[in-house]
Amino acid sequence: MLKIIKLNVNGKINEISYDDRESLTDTLRNIGLTSVKKGCEAGECGACTVLLDGKAINSCLYLTSWAEGKEITTVEGLATEDNDFLHPVQKAFVEEAAVQCGFCTPGLILTTTELMNSGKKCDRHEIREEISGHLCRCTGYENIINAVEKVVGKDIS
Amino acid sequence: MYDIKKNYQGRTISDVLNIMKENSDVKIIAGGTDMLIKMKERKIKDVEILSIGDIEDLRGIEIDEAGTIVIKAATRFIEIIKNEYILKYIPTLAKACNQIGSPQIRNIATIGGNLCNGAVSADAVPTLLVLEAELHLIDCDGNKRTINVNDFHTGPGKTNLVSGKEILTKIHIKKENYENYSFDYYKYGKRNAMEIATLGCAVGIKLSNDKNIVDDFKIAYSVAAPTPRRCKSIEQLIVGEGVTQDTVNLIKIENISELLPRDSWRASKDFRLQLIKEIGRRTTINAIEANGGKLC
Repeated sequence: MLKIIKLNVNGKINEISYDDRESLTDTLRNIGLTSVKKGCEAGECGACTVLLDGKAINSCLYLTSWAEGKEITTVEGLATEDNDFLHPVQKAFVEEAAVQCGFCTPGLILTTTELMNSGKKCDRHEIREEISGHLCRCTGYENIINAVEKVVGKDIS
Repeated sequence: MYDIKKNYQGRTISDVLNIMKENSDVKIIAGGTDMLIKMKERKIKDVEILSIGDIEDLRGIEIDEAGTIVIKAATRFIEIIKNEYILKYIPTLAKACNQIGSPQIRNIATIGGNLCNGAVSADAVPTLLVLEAELHLIDCDGNKRTINVNDFHTGPGKTNLVSGKEILTKIHIKKENYENYSFDYYKYGKRNAMEIATLGCAVGIKLSNDKNIVDDFKIAYSVAAPTPRRCKSIEQLIVGEGVTQDTVNLIKIENISELLPRDSWRASKDFRLQLIKEIGRRTTINAIEANGGKLC
């Protein structure tokens, strides 16, 4: 059944019609936010990751009807005028060439953003644990870890 | 699109009880990370769901004057892993919860869901079994009851909870069941992340003041029987014994009557039998050492 919901996405309140059987992945893609990828749709690959009130979740395992009143962030919302249209995490991914096909990248960037905002500093082993909910089929993990380390690494002040 | 017939949202506990009273077929959903996958796999179809994950009264961790730790049912794993009381008094539960799924799953999945799904592989459950957690339930008429977690699971995917009529509200862990004990949990899986346990083992141990005698011993396994369960047969043998390798070696299949491991695509029965012995011993040694003891 189609219903109307007010969703706070990337800092803007959107009034969206949605089906109350729908996952948040589908709703966000339907409004053009295609950085939210459809991978396994079973909570394993992390490609659909979004930030919900600042916490990374798999949007494929989350119903849109639960999201009312919560703040949703997708990669589209990271680049703003304040950061010269490139978020520090995005910048690190570019500099470290942490992108191959790019399918896992939006999710990884959001998980790294959550980590950065938490203020926690991580060694490479901890980074591996923190991004363990993301699969990179290109297997380019080394560059990804280099990029994450650039943002939350222990030696970074 | 999920195969949902009706999507109810509970705002308060009394709201949930009322909806359950009027619709006996509703399925309770909290974090959703297991239920939605079952719906995707069409194991649950055309279902009426009732969401309880955002109810404030079902979230959070408290400790009362008697030292009882109270974990409300829809508390997310990430909240347990980072909670100061859990880290101070029962860090083993944080360790177990930290091995569930992935960070994204732990940000949304709940401890109540882990219990009420009745999964034989539930990562939080062996630890709750050795902690003798007390589960507080309420039915749609407002009747409350408590049940020890050791009596909760009745079969694979089955629990004592009356489906569609009752919800789990909170989990109590009494001081007498954690004070002076030390614990360990070992999850055996083939991968380090996003893994369902091939076998899990939790141990709680209390040593005498001189650290030479086992004053109390509790051991529980997951994926070793149709439900996660304690092994009182070994517990009885070990309590009162010295802290020695011979005592640890009492953990062997011949001494265990409660378990019934089986073949599955994840592991053979023979491999699981080997794991029960080996992981039981390793986890016990870790718990002994955490209690300041040393094998002699």
